[in-house]
Amino acid sequence: MLTLYGQEIESRLLLGTARYPSPEILRQSVLASKAGILTVSLRRETAGGKGGGVFFHLIRELGVRLLPNTAGCHSAREAVLTAKMAREVFGTDWIKLEVIGDHDTLAPDVFELVEAARILASEGFKVFPYTTEDMGVGEKLLAAGCEVLMPWCAPIGTARGPVNAAALKSYRSHFQGVPLIVDAGIGRPSHAAFVMELGFDAVLLNTAVAGAGNPVDMASAFADAIEAGRQGFLAGLLEPRDMAVPSTPVIGKAVFS
Amino acid sequence: MTYIVNGESWTGEARTLAELLAALDHEGDWLATAVNGELVHRDDRSTFDLVNGDRVEILSPMQGG
Repeated sequence: MLTLYGQEIESRLLLGTARYPSPEILRQSVLASKAGILTVSLRRETAGGKGGGVFFHLIRELGVRLLPNTAGCHSAREAVLTAKMAREVFGTDWIKLEVIGDHDTLAPDVFELVEAARILASEGFKVFPYTTEDMGVGEKLLAAGCEVLMPWCAPIGTARGPVNAAALKSYRSHFQGVPLIVDAGIGRPSHAAFVMELGFDAVLLNTAVAGAGNPVDMASAFADAIEAGRQGFLAGLLEPRDMAVPSTPVIGKAVFS
Repeated sequence: MTYIVNGESWTGEARTLAELLAALDHEGDWLATAVNGELVHRDDRSTFDLVNGDRVEILSPMQGG
């Protein structure tokens, strides 16, 4: 079973809650996904606190563990304050730490990310850092107090899937024993199955489900793909070969010439 | 009293953070507040005195990825 910061999580799918066609489709998608963790966020309230309250109650009723994020933050200072406010609202010290460094790619500012992780970990937060596949940055995040790493496989929302599979494979090999969650860039169930086959521990996605033609069915498809990928990894995958190998034994084959 | 509330100027009689929330019709236990970049805990709002020009942030749960 997946264990994150000492908590056992039954599902290896972490699902975002944004961009669904309606609250009801969000609710049905969460149920179909069997997600063990839902990501949520905070924004300025403009409707007397009532808009946020509707969403707050919907999420609470689902009964799934929450992982608030610091989406939209561009500095360690912003992210730390947002994390503290999220802890006040959601009552959890888990935080998905996002510190954006580039507007076009939404790539993390890894310098600010590491600094924010250090501050938050020292204040008791359980930090889930959204990062790149750079192993040096991963090492610094672990040194800062993170016990989980969340490398992207492509820029957020691009649905491009694992564009640098070799780097992800190296990342997995390098961080033996560290829970690794692929966060961002997943577009299809096959992408999720692929990274799970590499040995990643879980997948975090949002747009691939919320933006699908049928989000509820897509949530179910991702749940199956992630489970299939995990089972494939555990079962031991064959490495690709350059030359053909007959699957049918040739010993005892009739000779007609 | 004039404060900057979620980036916009607001003028009224509220003198504490709790009074400001009430004046703005913000309700519920799902709000988080910060003044001048520092978190103000829920339990401290009624005793947190605001001064002219304070920057107040009021956040609530939203969908997120």
